[in-house]
Amino acid sequence: MKNGEVNHLRRMGSAWAVIAVVADLVYWFAVGPHVPPGRLTEAAKNNQMDFNILMLVALPVLLGVWVYLAYSLRVWSAKRGGPEPVGGPAAASNRRTQVLWISITSVAVLAAAAFGTVALIVDHGSGGGEGPNPVWMPTGAAKAETAALAGKATWAPGTNAVLPVQVIAQQWKFTYRYPTFGGFESPDLILPANTSVAFNVTSLDVIHSFWAYQLSIKADANQGVNNVAFTETKGPGQFVVRCSELCGIWHGSMYNYGKVVSQGAFMQWAQQTEMANAANTKLLPPFAYTYAPDANGAAGGLYPDGTVTPYNSSLTYGAKQPAS
Amino acid sequence: MTISAERPTDVVATPPSTSGAVRRGGWFSQHLGTALIAAILGYLFGHWLGNHIAGNYTPVVNSGVNDLANFFGLLFGVVGWLLGIGALNYPLAKIAGRSGTEKTPDVEGFSKYFRYSTDHKTVGLQYVIGVCLFLFTGGLLAMAIRTELLNPTTHIFAPSTYIEIVSEHGTIMMMMATSIVVGPLGNYLIPLMIGSRRMAFPRIEAFSFWIFTAGYMVIFSALPYGGFPTGWTGYAPLQNQAGPGMISYLFGFAVIGLGMMAAGFNIAVTIINYRAPGMTWGRVPIFVWSILATAALLTLATPVLFSAGLFGILDRVDQTAFYVAEHGGSSYLWENLFWFFGHPEVYIMALPAFGIVAEILPVFCRKPLFAQKVGAAGMIGVALLSFFVWQHHIFQSGINPDMRPLFMLTTELISIPTGFIFLVGMGTLYKAKIRYELPMLFSLALFFNFLIGGLTGVFLSDVPVNVTVHGGFFVLSHFHYTIMGGLLFAFMAGLYYWLPKMTGLMLNKKIGLWQFWLMFVFFNLTFFPMFIIGLLGQPRRVYTYAKNLQGLNDFSSISAFILGISFLIFAWNLAYSWFIKPEKAPANPWDSLGLEWQTATPVPVHNFDRIPVIMTDPYHYGEPGATALADLSGVSSSTGNPA
Repeated sequence: MKNGEVNHLRRMGSAWAVIAVVADLVYWFAVGPHVPPGRLTEAAKNNQMDFNILMLVALPVLLGVWVYLAYSLRVWSAKRGGPEPVGGPAAASNRRTQVLWISITSVAVLAAAAFGTVALIVDHGSGGGEGPNPVWMPTGAAKAETAALAGKATWAPGTNAVLPVQVIAQQWKFTYRYPTFGGFESPDLILPANTSVAFNVTSLDVIHSFWAYQLSIKADANQGVNNVAFTETKGPGQFVVRCSELCGIWHGSMYNYGKVVSQGAFMQWAQQTEMANAANTKLLPPFAYTYAPDANGAAGGLYPDGTVTPYNSSLTYGAKQPAS
Repeated sequence: MTISAERPTDVVATPPSTSGAVRRGGWFSQHLGTALIAAILGYLFGHWLGNHIAGNYTPVVNSGVNDLANFFGLLFGVVGWLLGIGALNYPLAKIAGRSGTEKTPDVEGFSKYFRYSTDHKTVGLQYVIGVCLFLFTGGLLAMAIRTELLNPTTHIFAPSTYIEIVSEHGTIMMMMATSIVVGPLGNYLIPLMIGSRRMAFPRIEAFSFWIFTAGYMVIFSALPYGGFPTGWTGYAPLQNQAGPGMISYLFGFAVIGLGMMAAGFNIAVTIINYRAPGMTWGRVPIFVWSILATAALLTLATPVLFSAGLFGILDRVDQTAFYVAEHGGSSYLWENLFWFFGHPEVYIMALPAFGIVAEILPVFCRKPLFAQKVGAAGMIGVALLSFFVWQHHIFQSGINPDMRPLFMLTTELISIPTGFIFLVGMGTLYKAKIRYELPMLFSLALFFNFLIGGLTGVFLSDVPVNVTVHGGFFVLSHFHYTIMGGLLFAFMAGLYYWLPKMTGLMLNKKIGLWQFWLMFVFFNLTFFPMFIIGLLGQPRRVYTYAKNLQGLNDFSSISAFILGISFLIFAWNLAYSWFIKPEKAPANPWDSLGLEWQTATPVPVHNFDRIPVIMTDPYHYGEPGATALADLSGVSSSTGNPA
């Protein structure tokens, strides 16, 4: 190998090493901690961490290509009148470079996939919608979900129980249902701090997406489907909920705000709302994970025999309604 | 590798068109005008027929909307369009038992561009104008979107109008992007680059262009019907709930899909069978490789979209319930079918871009293309893998959760073959002698933009991070970086590089430099802030957003307007260089070794007087005394057999 060649690569390499290390450090300490979605929940915290780790890898790659481009575009510009390029087979391919490139990119890519998978499993689905049959659940979630269906779910401060909350999306609003408190419905999403929450997301009409931004929860709402997402809230704070799947003309206005409050305050709010709403709650169908009206339901006529359910008939209240 | 002795005779077959019988096209022969008239008549007939059959049925009482009438109107309109332009002359003649074997001679003169031409060079130029029309309409809609987003609370458009604009913008751009390179450059250059006198199926080629233009009109017919509210993804059941404009979307994609399948099939067959003697796979130019990979995707992925659209039309017209959960269908069915097409679709847009820049780099570096075989393998790899990644668009939708790590893996794997393109590019730049001509600048811009687009793709494919970035401006910015920053910059590179060959006229460099710098700088200033806007929580397709994001949105909007101006400068450049001050292009203005530059300019009707014999690959730059690319005196002379 000629001296000239080594020098070029070495110069680029050293410039890159310095720039990349500085960029990574600046990113990690100055930018990283402020990256959305923040740290309001366990999922948010972990997802911020995942984003930052990916960035630590992506920045050097980006800068590597940029340094290479900047260097070569300047040094090998025809205007500088350098030597004529040497063609021939040596310039057309170089086995070592090719093998090195393929190996490095493969390792990086496989590492990223492995990292993402581990993060996904350890964090109980990372706040993403896991569908009607979640595989990575926090402890106690399955029990709480089953109990909710039987109308026996309870939640009290300090018990570490999982709080199931149903999110009912429709054009163009979200409604929240709390099966642990008699199944009342509320336009407000209030959550207790330091609690595992299971969001059961469903839709009454088209596809919506429940995106609780600071909670780092995103789960599509499909009619007749229960899409479950988990997270564990941290300290008190506010968050915004937006629909992030185009759902018709007022999609842009489909948002509201929610709060994470102390467990005591949540208990107080929930009990008060349960009492205040009791008269209305009585008229609602019993709690179920899909909220599709049947022959006897509010809108009526969609499931005449109560057996046609898309996923799991036992989870649909239509199956249990007595004939009118 | 030398010439095989057997092949030449059948390659030097009779030229496709009989030059003796040049037809004078008069007003009463078939052209754009007759096509328009026939399309309108067809539409009226179809609409009447639909109302006749299903006039008593309207999905909404007293709405006066009859989806069957709308669908039949469009269907017969397209049939009329094809009849009027003459696309069906040959098949109908064959069906009627008349000899369809004699070739309809092509019309000479300028009016050939308004006719059903089977010359791949005419079709290529028709496509240039066709895709530019698509592009500029879509671009105008983008300007409207950015205008609306100037202020979160003061609205220019009603929400229903805004959603129409957003949906039309997305759909038009996606339709355009499927053909933007394959159509104009693929059709024009493939035969020239592989040493063929024609495409394999000239009539199918012409069909692919005219059905493409029909698709343009069908998707536009949504506007008088009140548009469609679903965006370009057309998710059901919103699709089932939408107004009559939805039919235009579903049928429009089916029509465009027909064109895509026809073009892909024709191009793949041409590349495989019409290579000149000596053009072994190792010598096939990298651009041809990219188009071959694209053609495979066009042919294999589009039928899924076609069927999905058909199901959607049936749901609306015949009350089937493919996508309606409450009647036993599934909203996931559309999502999966759509993305099963949709993901190969985005590589239909990326691969030709890679091909263009890889083809252009060696010319302006005066160096051989580095790792050509790795590059070609990368393109094939991307094409294959692209069929196994589609569920990454619906990670949070409630799909089987076990599938998510798999699709995360396949999605990230696809960055390995994509990375090959960077290896090819960077290796070619190494110790080169770089000339900064316009095609080179646009090509280099692709590497800058696509790198950002590609790396942000890794973030999106990571399921945990996807929770925050899915469905927001982050993903919007990501795919604009790959499609606009990649494909459109490559398209511009291709036009500045090859239009001198196609038209015989140079494009003005000074105007082009203005265009390039405005486009490059303001593309980045428009879309980079959108990554931040997305991370800060702005979902896609909204007309209102958080007050604190107004600064970034305004910055992005104003940059977008200047970006729009750069396209006007391009249009001005075309007008200036073609009509106001035409400057004749030298035969080989960039000193390229490519076979397409070795024929005369303007390209003769039969491309090559004699079929060339290919001696080597076209990248032997910096190699004095290297073997000439091709023996242009051709097979006939080497076999002593006059054509």
